[in-house]
Amino acid sequence: MDAIILQLLNGLDKGSAYALIALGLTLIFGTLGVVNFAHGAIFMIGAFCAVTLSKLFNLSHKSSEPSGTDFLGNPKYEDILYVKDWFGESFGSWMIDWSVPLAVLFAIPIMVGLGFIMERGLIKHFYKRPHADQILVTFGLAIVLQEIIKYFYGANPIPTTAPEAFRGSFDFGVLLGFDPNAIIYPYWRLVYFGFSALIIGAVFAFLQFTTFGMVVRAGMADRETVGLLGININRRFTIMFGIAAAVAGLAGVMYAPINSPNYHMGMDFLVLSFVVVVVGGMGSLPGAVLAGFLLGILESFASMNEVKNVLPGIDQIIIYLVAIIILLTRPRGLMGRRGVMEE
Amino acid sequence: MSKYDVTRRGVLRTGAIAGAGFALPTYLRAQESGYLNAPTGSTVTLGFNVPQTGPYADEGADELRAFELAVEHLNGEGDGGMLNTFSSKSLSGSGILGKKVDFVTGDTQTKSDAARASAKSMIEKDGAIMISGGSSSGVAVAVQGLCQEAGVIFMAGLTHSNDTTGKDKKANGFRHFFNAYMSAAALAPVLKNLYGDDRRAYHLTADYTWGWTQQESIAAATEAMGWETVNNVLTPLASTDFSSYIAPVLNSGADVLVLNHYGGNMVNSLTNAVQFGLREKQANGKNFEIVVPLYSELMAKGAGKNIAGIVGSQNWDWKLENEMGDKYAGTNAFVKSFGEKYGFPPSQAAQTCYAQTLLYADAAERAGTFNPCGIAEALAGYEFDGLGNGPTTYRAEDHQCFKDVVVVKGAADPEDEFNLVEIVEVTPVEQVTYAPDHPMFAGGELGQCNPGA
Repeated sequence: MDAIILQLLNGLDKGSAYALIALGLTLIFGTLGVVNFAHGAIFMIGAFCAVTLSKLFNLSHKSSEPSGTDFLGNPKYEDILYVKDWFGESFGSWMIDWSVPLAVLFAIPIMVGLGFIMERGLIKHFYKRPHADQILVTFGLAIVLQEIIKYFYGANPIPTTAPEAFRGSFDFGVLLGFDPNAIIYPYWRLVYFGFSALIIGAVFAFLQFTTFGMVVRAGMADRETVGLLGININRRFTIMFGIAAAVAGLAGVMYAPINSPNYHMGMDFLVLSFVVVVVGGMGSLPGAVLAGFLLGILESFASMNEVKNVLPGIDQIIIYLVAIIILLTRPRGLMGRRGVMEE
Repeated sequence: MSKYDVTRRGVLRTGAIAGAGFALPTYLRAQESGYLNAPTGSTVTLGFNVPQTGPYADEGADELRAFELAVEHLNGEGDGGMLNTFSSKSLSGSGILGKKVDFVTGDTQTKSDAARASAKSMIEKDGAIMISGGSSSGVAVAVQGLCQEAGVIFMAGLTHSNDTTGKDKKANGFRHFFNAYMSAAALAPVLKNLYGDDRRAYHLTADYTWGWTQQESIAAATEAMGWETVNNVLTPLASTDFSSYIAPVLNSGADVLVLNHYGGNMVNSLTNAVQFGLREKQANGKNFEIVVPLYSELMAKGAGKNIAGIVGSQNWDWKLENEMGDKYAGTNAFVKSFGEKYGFPPSQAAQTCYAQTLLYADAAERAGTFNPCGIAEALAGYEFDGLGNGPTTYRAEDHQCFKDVVVVKGAADPEDEFNLVEIVEVTPVEQVTYAPDHPMFAGGELGQCNPGA
C-alpha cells in the first residue's frame, strides 16, 4: 500500500511537469493552429532563467589581498559577492538561497517577451503553411535556441538548488500511520506540484472568467465568426502565445532544482509532451492536463519493481503503449473535439 | 526533350564504379607501404574523435584541449609537458619519426553510428593513421571495431566498460583508462573500512554495456567482502527523472544505494537521491550511504553540493603528485602545461587522451615505423612511468593498461570549483589486476593486427 501511495505521489509530480508543458503546447495549437516543436526549448530557457539569476547573484569581485595560492601556485584572491556588498551579509545570503523562487519574477517578462518575438518574428509567417512546415521550422528554432544556450552555458548540467527551507523530504508514512521512511517525498517536489496546480488553475480562471479569455475561447471555437464581429483575434492569440511561453518557462524555472538544467532538457520533455497533447485531444486544455497527470502516474507505476519483474522494460514504453490504446479506442484523444486536425 | 532511362542495374553499376574509384587511392597507398595511410609527405595525421556536440560535449572539449597540447609538445612547442617526465626518451619534440604531427577532428556525438562515420571519414578522406578519443564505452567498442577492420590503431579515450578490453577487445585497440572491474576492486576495501562489512546494497544501473559491467563488477567485489545485493534495477539510458526508481529504495531493506550511472544520468540520479533525503536517513540501524563507482570532475560539477562525502573512483586526479608524492610524476608537469594554456586543471579524460597520444608517438619511434602492426607490437607488454599514473603496463594479452586506481570522495566544503573531489587513497595496481581469462572479460579474441593493406 505504501509503495502505491509513493508512486501515486511521484506520478502526480511527474504529471504536473507534463501537464504544464502540454498546457502551453495545446494553448498555442488551439489558438494559433501551430504545432510548436520549440515548446520544449522554451521550458529549457525557463530553467536557464533560474540558472542566470543564480549566476547574477553570485557575481563577484576579487579581494585586494591574496588568500592563498591557486592550482598553479600563483596568488589566489578571494571572491567577494556583490549582493553581499550591496545588501549586507544576511540579505545577500537570503537572495542567493531564494534565487529559484525569485527567478519566477525574473522569468515572466523574459518568457512573455520571448514568446512575442518568436510569434511575431517567425511563427506568424507559417500560420497558413502545412503542419509539416510548422514542425520543421519550430524544430529548427528549438535547435537554434539549444545551441545558443550551450554556447553560453556549456553542455554540462548546472546545479541549481532549492531554498534551504525546502531541501530534504517529508515523511508521509508517519502522517498516514505507516512505518517511518515508508513514504517519504521531497519538499521541493511537493512545492512543484502545488505551483503547477496554481498555474493551471490561474490559466483556466483567466480563460473562463475574463472577457479576454471569453474572446479567446470563442476564437478557438470559431475564429472566423469572432473576426466578423470586428474583434482583432490575432492580437489576442499573440498574447496567448506569450502566456503559453510564460507557462512553459515557469514550469522550467521551478524544475531547475529537481534536475540540474542542461541545454538538452527541453528535448527530453518535448516528445512526451506531444504524446500528452495527442492523448488529451489536440487543442483541448482540460485534456492536456488530464493526460499529463494520467501518463505521469502510469509512468511511475510502470517503474515499480513488482511491475518491471513481470513486464521487463515496461517503464520505457508504457506512455507510448497507452497512447496507442487510447488513440485506437478514442481517435480524437480523451477530450478532443471534432474537426481539429481533421480535413 | 531528352529522355533518361534510369534502371536499378544502371544505378548499382555506376555506384560500384564510383565506389571503387574513391577507394582506389587508399588501396594504392596501402599497397605501396604495406599498411594503410602511410604518411608520404613531411607530416603525419592523427584523428581525434571526441564528442563535440551532445551531452558529453564539455568532456569532449577537454579531450580536444589535451590532444592539441600533446601535438604541440610532440612538435617541440610549449614547455614539453609530460615529455620531460616520461620514462621513455624516444620522443625529442621533432614530431614522430621526423614528421610534423598534424591532426583532424571528428564529432562522435556520443552515438556509435556517428562516431564510426566520423572515424571512417578521418581515415578515408583525411588519411588519419591513428584514431583516439571518445567519452563512452558504446562508442569506444564501435570505433575500435571499425579501426580493426580498416587497419589503423585505436587509442581509446574515456571508456570504462570491461567489454572494451574484454569480450570486444581488438588487436588494433589499446586502452589507457581503467575499467569497471578495477573500480570495484579499488573501492571494495575502502567501502568496507568506511561502512563496514554488513551492508545491504540496492543498485540502480544504466541499461547498456558500461552499466551492466559496472554493476556486475561492484556487486561481485562488495559481495566478496560480505555485503548483500538487495536489488538491481536497470534504468533506461534516456531517463532524466529517477524519482520513480529512487522512491522505493529506502523501504527495500537496503542501507546503501549504488548508482551505476555516468554523466547526466549520474548527476540526475544523485540529485534525486539527495532530494529524497536518503543521506539523512537511517536504515538497519546504520546511516544510509550512496556510492558512485565512477567519478568525473564534470559530473561532480554538475551534481554540485550533492556530491559531498560520496565515494567513487577515478583514473587520475590533478592533485595526485602533490598529495601522493613523486610516484605520480608527470602529473604536475601536465597540470602546469594545461593550466597555463587553458586556465584550469585538466580532467581525467584529458589526461588519458594526452597520455595515449604520447604513448602512440613513442611506440612509433621505438618501432621505427607507422605500420600499425609495428606499433601494436611496441605497445604490447610495454612498461612505462612518468605519465602521471605511476608505473604502468600495457598488458599484451588484452591491451589494457594496469596502474594504480584513485579512490575519491566529494569535498564537503570545496575551496574552489577545481577542488570538488578529495583523494581518499590510491589503490595499488596489484590489488586491481586480474587474470586475462577472468570470467568478466571472457568471450572475445584479440585476433591478429590488421595493417589495412
